[in-house]
Amino acid sequence: MYTQSLNGTPTDSDLSQDDREALVRFQARIDRDEKIEPNDWMPAAYRKTLVRQISQHAHSEVIGMQPEGAWLSRAPTLKRKGVLMAKIQDEAGHGLYLYSAAETLGVARSDLVDQLLSGKAKYSSIFNYPTLNWADLGAVGWLVDGAAIMNQIPLCRCSYGPYARAMIRVCKEESFHQRQGYELISDMANGTPEQHQMAQDALDRWWWPALMMFGPSDKDSAHSSKSMQWKIKRFTNDELRQKFIDATVPQGDRIGLKLPDPDLKWNASEGHYDYGEIDWEEFKRVLNGDGPCNVERMEIRTAAHENGAWVREAAAAHAEK
Amino acid sequence: MLQSDWPLYEVFIRGRNGLSHKHAGSLHAADSKMALENARDVYTRRAEGTSIWVVPSVEITASDPADKAAFFEPTADKIYRHPTFYKVPDGVENM
Repeated sequence: MYTQSLNGTPTDSDLSQDDREALVRFQARIDRDEKIEPNDWMPAAYRKTLVRQISQHAHSEVIGMQPEGAWLSRAPTLKRKGVLMAKIQDEAGHGLYLYSAAETLGVARSDLVDQLLSGKAKYSSIFNYPTLNWADLGAVGWLVDGAAIMNQIPLCRCSYGPYARAMIRVCKEESFHQRQGYELISDMANGTPEQHQMAQDALDRWWWPALMMFGPSDKDSAHSSKSMQWKIKRFTNDELRQKFIDATVPQGDRIGLKLPDPDLKWNASEGHYDYGEIDWEEFKRVLNGDGPCNVERMEIRTAAHENGAWVREAAAAHAEK
Repeated sequence: MLQSDWPLYEVFIRGRNGLSHKHAGSLHAADSKMALENARDVYTRRAEGTSIWVVPSVEITASDPADKAAFFEPTADKIYRHPTFYKVPDGVENM
């Protein structure tokens, strides 16, 4: 999902006896569903995993403003423009909540920003796809924010208190994002034949990348077991992906759009939809920098940071006076 | 380009008239005026507040979680501080 590129967690080898005992007490707290707070003892690997996951999540919120920002000056009505602006402002806010949560673990904001700009830190692959027509903004809200919510709701119960509290706030705000997108794309699906075609085209292009947001398939995702044991994660990638598909298929049917998967079929015995094979080569390519918009996204982010330098300097000079 | 961060502020918001201020989150700002304005923009976009406090995080002194057991111990064995400790005969009302 927003943190789909986590490269495994460090091991707990080379621990002293004291550390081992502390680790047992820590796991017992997790097992009792106690929240871990910033000043509590925690294993170094737990801290490191959280810093990486939360900061990647924050970077995704920040980069995620770009595909929608591209349409701000071309929104068809003042109402849609106001909605879009509000949504983009929310994404900036979500980035801030998440950076703040990461900082409680003892990292500096400037280091996190530097990791994003230097390309050392990743963000969600989904934001490296272009928004080509206005209906794409509907597909983004409906599918991308829908998938994000599916991932973030269990994170509201994450064992790390500041992350869980940030997620509660984000989820409250995010439900408007999904609903406005679904309304937008259903208006177009029910519009003229040309508008309907644009809506279908947007869905065709966004469906598979949205499914990739949940990260690699469980059989290729060796490192989620530690996160599950620590209750950072509550469901596996494939479980969340399946929940998302099951929730979304009827929503597409309702507005007369067809999901671009010939293998999509209700499986009555499982109580789930079966779906086709995801192109994991594409996923890896986009995540590793070779997607349609990776270069552009980083150029715009870097320029925004550099062009804002004088504002930061001026504010600091003013505060010193 | 690495530069040091602005000071961190903790944000407290009064949700409605009559309620106390409650911790909402934190943010970096160059000074307290900017902290207040940014807190408004970030934490009250949906009319979540009628009043905001911002406090430099370094000014907060917190109890140490490692001392939690000893620090709060004096209260643990004083159950007579609670009204349910006392027996009142059946039928006695308004108490």
